Amino acid sequence: MTKLSIGVFLAMLALSMAAAWADEAPASAAAPGMATTAAPAAAPQAAAAAPAAAAPAPMTQPALIGADKISAGDTAWMLTSTALVLMMCVPGLALFYGGMVRKKNVLATLMQSFACTCVVTIPWWVVGYSLAFTPGNGFIGGLSRALFTGMTFMHGDTDSRLTVSHLAPTIPETVYAMFQMTFAIITPALIAGSFADRMKFSAMLLFLAAWSLLVYSPIAHMVWEPTGWLSAAGVLDYAGGTVVHINAGIAGLASCLVLGKRLGYPREAMPPHNLTLTLIGASLLWVGWFGFNAGSATAADGRAGMAMLATQMATAAAALGWMFTEWVTKGKPSVLGIASGAVAGLVAITPASGFVAPTAAVIIGIAAGVVCYFAATSLKHALGYDDSLDAFGVHCVGGIVGALLTGVFVSKEISGVDGSLLTQFKGVATTLIYGFVVSFAILKIIDMTIGLRVTEDQEREGLDISLHGESIE
Amino acid sequence: MKLVTAIIKPFKLDDVRKAIGDVGVQGVTVTEVRGFGRQRGHTEIYRGAEYAVEFVPKTKIEIAVDDPLVDQVIEAIHKSAQTGKVGDGKIFVFELRQVVRIRTGERGPGAI
Repeated sequence: MTKLSIGVFLAMLALSMAAAWADEAPASAAAPGMATTAAPAAAPQAAAAAPAAAAPAPMTQPALIGADKISAGDTAWMLTSTALVLMMCVPGLALFYGGMVRKKNVLATLMQSFACTCVVTIPWWVVGYSLAFTPGNGFIGGLSRALFTGMTFMHGDTDSRLTVSHLAPTIPETVYAMFQMTFAIITPALIAGSFADRMKFSAMLLFLAAWSLLVYSPIAHMVWEPTGWLSAAGVLDYAGGTVVHINAGIAGLASCLVLGKRLGYPREAMPPHNLTLTLIGASLLWVGWFGFNAGSATAADGRAGMAMLATQMATAAAALGWMFTEWVTKGKPSVLGIASGAVAGLVAITPASGFVAPTAAVIIGIAAGVVCYFAATSLKHALGYDDSLDAFGVHCVGGIVGALLTGVFVSKEISGVDGSLLTQFKGVATTLIYGFVVSFAILKIIDMTIGLRVTEDQEREGLDISLHGESIE
Repeated sequence: MKLVTAIIKPFKLDDVRKAIGDVGVQGVTVTEVRGFGRQRGHTEIYRGAEYAVEFVPKTKIEIAVDDPLVDQVIEAIHKSAQTGKVGDGKIFVFELRQVVRIRTGERGPGAI
């Protein structure tokens, strides 16, 4: 009886996915397969939901459809999510990082996030979106959406038409491309946590733009677009544990290795100048992350609700995990500690949200809080690299914890797919190796051409004055 | 005339302000300063990195007073800034050669 009801539930899940199977894009190969088998049975229901819809054959590329076929509910939620995710970067991440640096570098650090938001928008429009989210080979997408060519909304008095992505067929493609753009923006902005306080601004602009095309788009394609080989291999990444966090974190490690340590590190004290900013930033990240994770459902549905709930559980558990670990080992529960723990939890639940139940989310959160605490404190000091604001220690390590535990805790009841630790490991290892090698190469090339690091005098004086000609009192 | 300079605990500033006002002080200059004395510093920990903070935040007040008032002012600061714990601060008294009120050009004790 139980088996039967689970079977019925799964069938219904499959039916609902037939109409919006691109929900399952991160869930990889299993999803298109299920949608295909469920399609004939889905026809009546889909027709009831959207009168004009014929039996929906799974789309494999962006397509032009009637505007009446999109879902107003899904579209409303995705417009909201997009704004939430952009808020994570500016001002969320800008404040989170800005509060942690010394006073002489605060404007430069805020500028890094803000300028990243601007500078990544352009390559995303030129080819980034197309390379990531149109069909291609296993490693990279095609050029059919370069300059957003063909992405359209055509007004008609009775028959407006618009394009939709095959990854989100119930919302306008403009919204999907914009939603994904906010991911493409915040990912390189996260790397700044590793190279803060010492990179030239010109070099940073070049690095982030190049990185978004040469690293972000290919990894996003491999993991999320159904023709990507990791997607086809069954790697699970609901909202970007590998694509965003491991990817940004490992690029951070590459950048702090290529750049070298900050002057005076670790001899001189470099305490955060204003943890109020950091706590506000962490709070904005937390709120925005509901758009990041629950928005990755690309629909206003039950799975989005599951993703949102899992996000809250894991974040709270990780913040407490970090806080209590620090309390026990160092004697005091710090503000920076609880904020860092919350971000570690948000990172770790990113790949898992939408795949795991709330209880699993709590376990993932605790694991992330404790593991990231030791990565950002003991591991960093033991190995001696200067990951200024712990982009590697929190995002890469937290991302790995989350990505691997997704394989352990994935719930077929919630997601309709299976996962395995081994498959997850494949995704993690690929991102680590590809991300590190290509990031390292881009940084080396910039270093050999225009130079990567500010002069010693500029670094001593502070980047606010030396790079931007401004300062705060 | 004397210049009374006191280094006090920052949270005692309001008490001191009231006490010196009560004995008739007309003006005071307040500065946020850092330094160390017998209190020494403390340790701060950020993501596992421990920093010894050797200079403790204090508040410096400077008051120009005419000679008859000096002992009362010293007494007022002493009483109001005291907690009895290490780090309460110090009072320094200097000879003051001249005072000029910029608005009128008035000089001497009348300018205080």
